[in-house]
Amino acid sequence: MDFNVAILFGTYLVSIIALFLFIYSMSNGMFGDGKPASEMIFDKDEMGHTEDPAATPSQRKQLQIDAGKKLTLHQDLESDELDARAVADQSTHLVVGICLTLAVIWLILASFAGLISSIKLHEPDWLNSIPWLTFGRIRPIHLNIVAYGWCPLAGIGVSLWMLPRLLKSPLIGARWAILGGGLWSLGVFLGVIAIANGYSDGMEWAEFPWQIDILLVVGGALIGIPLWLTLLNRKVKHLYVSVWYIAAALLWFPVLFTVVNFPNLHVGIEQATVNWWFGHNVLGLFYTPIGLASIYYFVPKVLGRPIHNYNISLLGFWALAFFYSQVGGHHLIGGPVPSWFITLSITQSIMMIIPVVALVINQYWTIKGNWRALLNSPTLRFVVFGLSMYVLSSIQGSFEALRSINTITHFTHFTVAHAHLGLYGFFSMVMFGAIYYIMPRLMSWEWPYPSLIALHFWLVLIGFAIYIIWLSIGGWLQGLAMLDAARPFMDSVRLTIPYLQARTIGGALMTLGHIVFAVHFFIMAWRKGPRRLGAAVIGPELVAKYFKKGVI
Amino acid sequence: MSRKFEMDEKSLVIGAMVCLSLATGVMVLIPYFLTKQIQPAKGLKPYTVLEAEGRNVYISEGCVYCHSQQPRDAKQAPDTKRGWGRVSVAGDYYYDSPHLLGTMRTGPDLFNIAARQPSKDWHLGHLYQPRAYTPGSIMPSYPYLFDVKKTEDVTKNDEVVNLPPEYAKAGQTVVTTPKAHALVAYLLSLDHTYSPLPAIPVQGDEQSLSGGR
Repeated sequence: MDFNVAILFGTYLVSIIALFLFIYSMSNGMFGDGKPASEMIFDKDEMGHTEDPAATPSQRKQLQIDAGKKLTLHQDLESDELDARAVADQSTHLVVGICLTLAVIWLILASFAGLISSIKLHEPDWLNSIPWLTFGRIRPIHLNIVAYGWCPLAGIGVSLWMLPRLLKSPLIGARWAILGGGLWSLGVFLGVIAIANGYSDGMEWAEFPWQIDILLVVGGALIGIPLWLTLLNRKVKHLYVSVWYIAAALLWFPVLFTVVNFPNLHVGIEQATVNWWFGHNVLGLFYTPIGLASIYYFVPKVLGRPIHNYNISLLGFWALAFFYSQVGGHHLIGGPVPSWFITLSITQSIMMIIPVVALVINQYWTIKGNWRALLNSPTLRFVVFGLSMYVLSSIQGSFEALRSINTITHFTHFTVAHAHLGLYGFFSMVMFGAIYYIMPRLMSWEWPYPSLIALHFWLVLIGFAIYIIWLSIGGWLQGLAMLDAARPFMDSVRLTIPYLQARTIGGALMTLGHIVFAVHFFIMAWRKGPRRLGAAVIGPELVAKYFKKGVI
Repeated sequence: MSRKFEMDEKSLVIGAMVCLSLATGVMVLIPYFLTKQIQPAKGLKPYTVLEAEGRNVYISEGCVYCHSQQPRDAKQAPDTKRGWGRVSVAGDYYYDSPHLLGTMRTGPDLFNIAARQPSKDWHLGHLYQPRAYTPGSIMPSYPYLFDVKKTEDVTKNDEVVNLPPEYAKAGQTVVTTPKAHALVAYLLSLDHTYSPLPAIPVQGDEQSLSGGR
């Protein structure tokens, strides 16, 4: 049999067998009814109780009224489970605080690097005599700070905070993660310095010199230690869906990162295939699972109702693991690589619609009937916006992988817009929401200025909308111009200028939003600002206090 | 079926790693062993020391973020018509590590830039100020890859950049640094216009042959 046909046929067989196995086990009830599992993030009387520590008292009241159930207060709130949660929160206090603080610092640096890159595309002679600010260096600096600074540290911080809660056990070995996070950040810092000085390994998403990558590998491994220690010593039997995503992400990333950065191994075209196997998997198998883990925790938690259909989330998880890991080849459509490689990736890109639809069904039915919660819960507003951008960017990505559409969008700014739809619209927004939820619990302190949360939301929302809409249109037109042999190449450059300027405006608004966020974050971290209601810990004392005031 | 499937750590780890292994096998291992068999394209020359240095400058300055090096097939896109050369084949990249295929065409494809623009003066001047040669270009200028000297200080060893008159300043001369010199040497090596493969008879050819008769 022809080699190409054999590979395609083999993958087809594996996919079909997996699908039938899944349908078989579902129809035989092998997964259980999923009901108790989906309720495990709640204490026994907690269902129906909305919870958003980032909300103001009046928002909280409205949130609860909209949920249609009055908060009843009785001694059950002092249950063992809540105690376990308090202990769990206590055990993650320091490590999560450190990770999130580093993440916010990286976010600000990344924003400015991105903004400078954006301006340089329409003002090419601006700051042209400073080597490290040239477009070809500041752009990868932006990407690497986002990809290895802000996103992973925020994701790891949020994950380490969720894990002990989900496993109902305190985090074991937090200091390994602190050390790991420190090494990781040092690696990112040195890597950025290296790129700034012209030392780059030259592959997109893997620019850091491989010597520096060792720091990230070791740091990442150390961060994984508390995850596995806690997992193996957990008090619950079942692993909640968020735990699968987090555990899998922390398993996948070290493999991906080590393989792509291994020195003197890859060469020529094979290096290009490894490059994009990694480039898309770091999105699909690292950021995406962590983002989804957060969605699966915070949406039900804020709303006080469990995930609508827990079994569908299983389908979503395995479909993501199987399909997403093979989509990277769509970055090389039209390139000098074997056509089976491209075709396989295009097919799996389209198959990604399955896990996305699984997520949509699940989350839609979970939120349905309580959309008003978005008005009153800052956390939910960010997380649900992120969720919708995940859906949008995934569906867009599936179609962008088709040869007919890719021929237009490949090599254009459309791809850049798409990347921001995913990593910003989805991942970063979910992280913002999660951080707004976590910090009050972490610091036992309320967000001092609720209006700044709203300001942050609207600044980044408007900035992001400008960014995505205009850059997508500009990129599409650029692609069409390049495909028209009758038009000179310079047409495709000139026509993008107004869109690139619009992108700068959008990016500036986003940066402004991040500054608002960071200022608020640090006021909070130092427990400054007006003391509104006092400590925002859960506990009978405080609940009773609120209750007397008629707040909830 | 009484035994319920439980998503425990074992099934999670095994399942997750099986999925990743499948992907790695198909997308990394198979290409790895396939490319072992690839020979350098007929007509492809290895880089000289200077060209390799220039390639490193190309990487340092991040040229890859705006320029691709992979002309597409005429059936897909008019790359060849734009003068970017024939569709590239795996053998063209035999000596390349890191690969510089690129993902953006903010600027044109450079796989055959030397064939399209063989003038060294043009490349040097264009790097110094792209807008002196291509009005409307948004390519960065690279003044830090050059030195500006008083004209009387220029020695025989200096490589002078001949700018268009309206961009040249009186009494001042722009000369190259070793980096600019190497980078241009690399750009001038980017000529893959040779014919890389022995002619393969395909069905279409036979028909056109018989049709010709």
